[in-house]
Formats: sequence, C-alpha cells, structure tokens
Amino acid sequence: MKDTHLIRFRVNGREHELAVEARRTLADMLRDDLGYTGTHLGCEHGICGACTVLVDGAPARSCLMFGVQADGAEISTVEGLADGDRLSDLQQSFSDRHGLQCGFCTPGFLMLAEGYLAQRDAAGDGAEPTEAEIRDLVAANLCRCTGYQGIVEAVLATARSRWQRPGDQDTR
Amino acid sequence: MTGLGTRTRGVIGARVARKEDPRLLRGQGRFGADMSRPGQVWARMVRSPVAHGRLRAVHTTQAAAAPGVVAVVTAADLPGRLEIPVRLAVQAIDLSGYLQPVLAAETVRYVGEPLAVVLADDPYLAEDAAELVDVGIDDAPAALDAEAATQPGAPGLFPGGNVAADFTLGYGDVAAAFAAADHVVQTEISIGRHGAVPLEPRTLLADPDPVTGRLAIFGMTKVPVFNRDLLAGLLGMDETLIHVHAVDAGGGFGARGEFYPEDFLVPWLARTLQRPVKWVEDRAEHLVAVNHSRQQAHRLAAAFDASGHLLGLRAEVLHDNGAYCRTHGIIVPELTLAMLPGPYRVPAYHGRVRVALTNKTPCGTYRAPGRFEGSAAREQLLDVAASQLGMDRVELRRRNLLTPAELPCQRAMSTLGTDVVLDDGDYPGLLEAAAAEAGRLGYPAEVSHGRQAGRRRGLGVAAFLEKSGLGPQETADVVVSGTGAVHVYSGGTSLGQGIETVLAQIAADALGVDPAVVSVVNGDTDKQPFGGGSWASRSTVVAGSAVHAAACAVRDRAAEVAARMLEASPADLVSDDGAVSVRGDPAARVTLAEIARATAPASRYLRPGEPAGLSARRRFEVTHMTYPYGVHIAVVDVDAGTGRVEVLRYLVAYEVGRAINPALVEGQLRGGAAQGIGGALLEEFCYDDAGQPQSATFMDYRMPTAAEVPPIDVLVTQDAPAAGNPLGVRGAGEGGVSAAGAVLASAVRDALGLAGSVGQLPLTAARVHELASGGGR
Repeated sequence: MKDTHLIRFRVNGREHELAVEARRTLADMLRDDLGYTGTHLGCEHGICGACTVLVDGAPARSCLMFGVQADGAEISTVEGLADGDRLSDLQQSFSDRHGLQCGFCTPGFLMLAEGYLAQRDAAGDGAEPTEAEIRDLVAANLCRCTGYQGIVEAVLATARSRWQRPGDQDTR
Repeated sequence: MTGLGTRTRGVIGARVARKEDPRLLRGQGRFGADMSRPGQVWARMVRSPVAHGRLRAVHTTQAAAAPGVVAVVTAADLPGRLEIPVRLAVQAIDLSGYLQPVLAAETVRYVGEPLAVVLADDPYLAEDAAELVDVGIDDAPAALDAEAATQPGAPGLFPGGNVAADFTLGYGDVAAAFAAADHVVQTEISIGRHGAVPLEPRTLLADPDPVTGRLAIFGMTKVPVFNRDLLAGLLGMDETLIHVHAVDAGGGFGARGEFYPEDFLVPWLARTLQRPVKWVEDRAEHLVAVNHSRQQAHRLAAAFDASGHLLGLRAEVLHDNGAYCRTHGIIVPELTLAMLPGPYRVPAYHGRVRVALTNKTPCGTYRAPGRFEGSAAREQLLDVAASQLGMDRVELRRRNLLTPAELPCQRAMSTLGTDVVLDDGDYPGLLEAAAAEAGRLGYPAEVSHGRQAGRRRGLGVAAFLEKSGLGPQETADVVVSGTGAVHVYSGGTSLGQGIETVLAQIAADALGVDPAVVSVVNGDTDKQPFGGGSWASRSTVVAGSAVHAAACAVRDRAAEVAARMLEASPADLVSDDGAVSVRGDPAARVTLAEIARATAPASRYLRPGEPAGLSARRRFEVTHMTYPYGVHIAVVDVDAGTGRVEVLRYLVAYEVGRAINPALVEGQLRGGAAQGIGGALLEEFCYDDAGQPQSATFMDYRMPTAAEVPPIDVLVTQDAPAAGNPLGVRGAGEGGVSAAGAVLASAVRDALGLAGSVGQLPLTAARVHELASGGGR
C-alpha cells in the first residue's frame, strides 16, 4: 500500500502539482519525476552536497528531504540560474576561474553559494567578503577534481563584485 | 601535399575557455543517471554481507513475489560460468585462476560481491525486494592481512593459494653494489588502502532495439571500445550491434569505466528481457564494489658510496590486491617496481613484488598507480639516507638525479608492455627551479618563523618520475560539414579533464579555424570505433597526436580541392580563419564550408575514384611512453597534542613538454595534489577483524574538503618537449598526485625530527600522535 500525497510547489518559478509517495526524496522527485537532472546525487547521505538546491531561498540537501516536505515551497535548482543564453555572474565566474572539471559537484556548489550570498546580502552587515569566509562555506561540499581553489576564487570574486555593486547583482 | 602555409594562430598554448563548461554549469550535462527510457526497469544488486564463505543458496521466491518485481536472477540463471578477464596482461603471468565471476556461484570472497540482481519497475521497489533475497552462506575465516595471507595455514581464497603473482624486475649487479657500499640505508613504509572515489557513482542504462537488434548503452566510460568488444564477446553478439554512447562522467581517476560485473549484467538483462534496464549505484555500494587501490608494504635498501652516490637499490614489495584479479591484473605492482628507481641514477636495481589476495574489495589502478606508492617509499628512503649520511636532503637528490647528458636512459625493464626508456629532460634543473620557486614564495621563511614561534613545522621535498602517453595507438576522425563546422571524433571519455577543449584546440590550430567551430565527441563507439580510451595520462599525447594528424590531412585535402575551385596552384594557397585563399589575392578565397560542399557526391570538383566528403581518419601509433617529471614541496604544521597535520603550503613543479591549455594543466595538478593530500593524510578503507568494511560512508571515508586543502602553487615548465609525438606534449593527469604521499611524509618527518621513516600512510591524527610520542621507526 503506497502512502501517496498530492503536493504543490514551484521549481524555478514554475508551478508543479504531483502525487508523490511519502518516502520519495526531494532529489528523486526533482530528477526522475520532473526531469530536473541538473541536481546530482553523489552520496545520498548528506555529506557531499552535490544535490544542494534552494528551498525557500535556503540551501538544502535534497537527498535528505522528502518530496512531500516541499509542499508549498519555492525550489530553485541549477537549471534556473542562467538567463537564456547568458550565464549568471556566478556561473561565468566558475568558468573563468576553472572552478569545475567533471562538473558533477558543480550544481551543488552553485546553489550553496547562491543561497549563502543571498542570505549574506539580506543580513546586510556590509562586511567585505573574505577568502577565509568563502573557504569555510565551500568546505560544506565535496569536489574530487579541482582541489577547491577555482571554486573558492569563483565564489569570492562573485561575492566581492556583488558586494561592491549591489545594484547590478544577479538576483535570480 | 605541402605548400600550404600554416600560421600558428596562438590557439595551442592559450587559456581557451572550456567547451565543457556551459552545459555543466547549466545542469545540462548528460551523466549516465540522467538518461531514462520509456518502459525501463531498475536493477538492484544483492551483495555478499560476509567476507568469506561457501554460498549454500540464494533464495529468491519472496523477492520475486514482491510488488513491482520483474525478475530476480542469480548465478544459476547466467548463460554459463562467466568471469571478467584481465584487460592489461603483463610479464606473461597467468591470472586466470583468480578472476571475478559475474555473480558468485559457490564462494563469496569479499563484502559487497554481487550475488543476485533484482529488477523492478521502480528503484524503491527494487531496493525493497533486494532486502527479501535470502542468502545462505557458511562463514569461513577471512584472510585480511596480506603478509599473514601468504603464510601457510592462512584461510585460502583459491585452490591455487593466496599469492596471485610473485615476480621480479631489475638490472645490473645489485649484490656487487651492496658489497662495495660505504653506507647501506634501509627503510620500511606501507601505504594505506584508499581509492579513486569519483563523486558520481557508477551508472548504466542499456536499451535494446527489437527492430535492429542493436543495444544502446549509456554510462560506459574510459575504454568504451574495449568494453564494447568484451561485452559483445560475453553476449555472443556482433560488436558493431552495440552502441556505447558518449556521456559526461563525474570523475574517473582509474576506477570508473573498467569492466565490472554490472557491465555484463545490465546489458545482458536488457537483452534477455527486451526492455531498457537502468542501474544507478549508491555510495554505500560504490565504496565496497569499485576498485580499491594503493595498499602496499615496501621494504627498501639502498647502497651508497662515501659521497652519497647511489650504487644500488633493492625493493621488496607486498601488494594487497583484495579478493580477485580484476581488469588491471597486476599492473599496479608492476608499475611500482618499474618506476621505483624514479628520476635517479640507479646503476643496479632489484625489485620483487608478491601479490597477495585477501578477503577485501579487489584492487585496480588509482591515478598515479604504483608511483604514489613507490615514490613515497623511495623518497622516505632518501630522507632517511640524508640523515644517516649527514647530508642535506636536496643535495643528496641533486647528486643522484640523472643529468640531461645521461638521457635518454634505458632501464632493462618493461612496464605495460613497453621498454622503460626515460626520454629527454632536465631533472636537476627542475629541482633547482622548484627550490627557487619555493624560496620566492617564502616557504623556507615560513618554516623558520613557525619554528621560532614554537610550532612543530616541517618542510617536505620529493622528486618523482611520471609516465604518460601509453600506446599502442589512438585513432581520430576529423570531418568538416557543409556549414564549415569541424567535428572531431576521438576514442576517450570526458572525465572532467577538459579533453574536448584540448582536442578542439589541436584541431583548430592545424586547420586554421576558431576553436569555437570545432565540436568534439569522445567515446561514442559508432562515431569512433577504434578508440583506445582515456587513461594512463594518454589522451592529450596519443589522442591529441591522432587529431593533429587527421586535421592536418583535412587541411591538405581542403587545399587540394580549393586549388581546383580557385584554379590555382596548391603551393600558392594560404589557410586562415576558416578559409583558403591565393597568396597576395585575398579576393580569390573559398571558405572551408564551400570546400566541404565542393566534395559532395557528383560535385564537379571531385575526381573519379575520389571519396566524397571533407574528412580524414588517422591513427597515431607509438611504442614507448613519454616520461614527465616533477618536484613537490610542502610545508606542514603538526599538532603533537592531537596528531593533526595541517598543510600550509604546497608546490607542484612539473615538466609537461608543451601545455596545450595551461589552465587545464594547472587544474590537473591542483586537483591531483588535493587527492594526494587525501591519500597521504585522511583516506583509508578500514576493515574489522571479520572483514566488515568500516569506511562505508563519507563520514568514515574522509575525503579532503576546502578546509584541508590549501591553495596549491604550481610551476609548469615546458623546457623538454617530448620527442615521441608531433606536439611535443607529455601527459599531465597524474603529476599532481604522484609525489603527494612522498612530500607529506617528508614534511611530517621533518616536523617531528624523526630519525627513521614515518612507517605508514595515511598519516592520520592517531598515527601522527603516536609518532610524535616516540613511536616512530
């Protein structure tokens, strides 16, 4: 007997209505039911962070959340970052600073950083982002290819440019 | 055909943005698990819960009756007794008695060994049903320690015993060297079991086409053509009916893409059921199922003359290969022996390795196989020797490094089926350059300041030799389509190394086009049926050389056709910016697109008997590898109270011959160093006394995060172009990790002021604490 629930939520601004089994993870729901395959599963036990998405603006590991918990939520995934042909400032910064190799962990780092930078901005304490602060953030997720240097540099550069010019930041 | 002026366009050597990036940054990469097919069923493996025992029965009735289950298969359902053969047979050693069956039938030999497969409409249901498969095993004692496993009375894994191979490599009169020695220095060091652990677990989707009889496969990587052919043989199919598609791969590092039991089971089940079958490994499975690596014990002895010159070297190596010989056979121990003398002048050498089988996950290669291990052993030996001889560590190395005048240097050994011939280079020059760079970056000052402040700070130095560009061949096709787009079909896999970008740069340079118009497909067996694969730091060297040759052939053919179109002599033509024009007459010009269209069938520019199309297939063949080399220097702090090692500074200096894209070379070196820091300090697959894995999650198998990896300084030199390929390139895939164990062992030893070797890697907090408390060897 399946324990199925009808839920409604938004992904990258688009409304979805779905009957989902109670035990189904948010990650499997996004990937297999809705086709948002940019969210990747690296460990399914909440350590690697490759499956990080934003749930109501906050980074969450979608392997540790049930789909039903997303009822009524606004979810943001990597597919929502670019504006048509134009990569977001953060995405472009990852490319410019060789912040990715195989790209499997990349969506998780992008969403982690987007969530953090938005929260930092909202807190509005005005401090300039530091390398130590960003490295501490990046240490939340695992990457097996890059040695993290390009990731730290990419997030730091984006954090600094958004901090310097809050007017033209990417707000997606 | 000559005469066509090729201007170097600055494409080779440029930091061209990666072609792979836009799709990966948008979440539009195509990884194996991203693919699905209507009507697919999901496979779930049932694995052995015990390390060793006799398999009495696998009861499937209850599982088969569970909701959504389509089939449950065991070894009894397979088409015969199937074993996975060795891909790389070396030293004429027969390993056929130690191969892994596709599913265990009588004996289980490690926790995680596949016993059955459950297929269901949904992955959750498949996993539920797998829990219902009832496995009956009579437990047997497990052999877990390699040395103990080789002794009489140890629990036996195979009728032939637990030693799969015992062989020697070497040259020169070692006994005479030791007899003549002024000093003999001995050390022991063992390397812990760890592995590649790419961030994407394995995945396969096999889709049979009932109309054509073909089988489409997504998820095979690394050596797709080899795997296609092996699979075809096991299935009794024509190999061209199998189509392995190109996919993105979430890291390889040696382990992903080898032929594992699942690589037979998933396609076979798809063909048997005539339904698409999808399998996605979970992380807990990955950590017990995929090749482990590195576990070796080394006992070294070196003979020196009074002034510190090496006279001879002896190595006794014990390799813990786990439960079976898989596709890599014994190449890791072989590479260990063959590469152990490294970049040094070693007049006489004798190495012996015993390959022990134990009740643990089988082993294979992991990035810098045999070199990470052997370099750590050799460099510890040199550090200990410097202490015993009262010499500076760097000076001892300087004295013993082969000089440019001594290269090429042939060592009377073979590895991977090739003779060991160290090609050109300047090893002492790179050591000087690395030391100077470390000085410029303030490493020595940081060490002395730290010590003055009371810290236990150490400096590590390690020199190493790498190998790259393994043949015997690689094939490339370059095709110009009617739009002027250039298509490159190569035989490897995009594993994250940026090979699409590198091959596009090489083709663009030869053709005189913008890399943006070049697209590269790797690892599609229909598009490139003769590919050799991406491994052994070979793709830029051998695939790059094949692409270079094919693109040059296309360039020459384009000039030939353009000469007819322009009614000019080929000698008067120049190629630039995607077009061919008459020298001195820019108006007399045809574009590559126009030339490509002029080669269509029935074109008036096509002569009788000439094949249509503007394309070329070329093969690059090579019998020797090219040997890059490098130096790692590191600064660490050791907390004697907790045993924690903090890596403060890390420099990789590496000779790459020619960097097609320096940013990607630096990326390879940085990423490799991070992995090496993991293997040297953190990562280890541990087992309990019953053979139960104790490192089955990322909480217990500790890969480094950004908190453990400092910024990595890199010094990439291009002073010794490789003579063995037209581009002059050497591989860059493994130089970042090769000496990481060596340099961190050196730095910790220096920080603690040990007289002997650190004894063991990884240098976990517990071990370092013991060393700091006087427990060193």
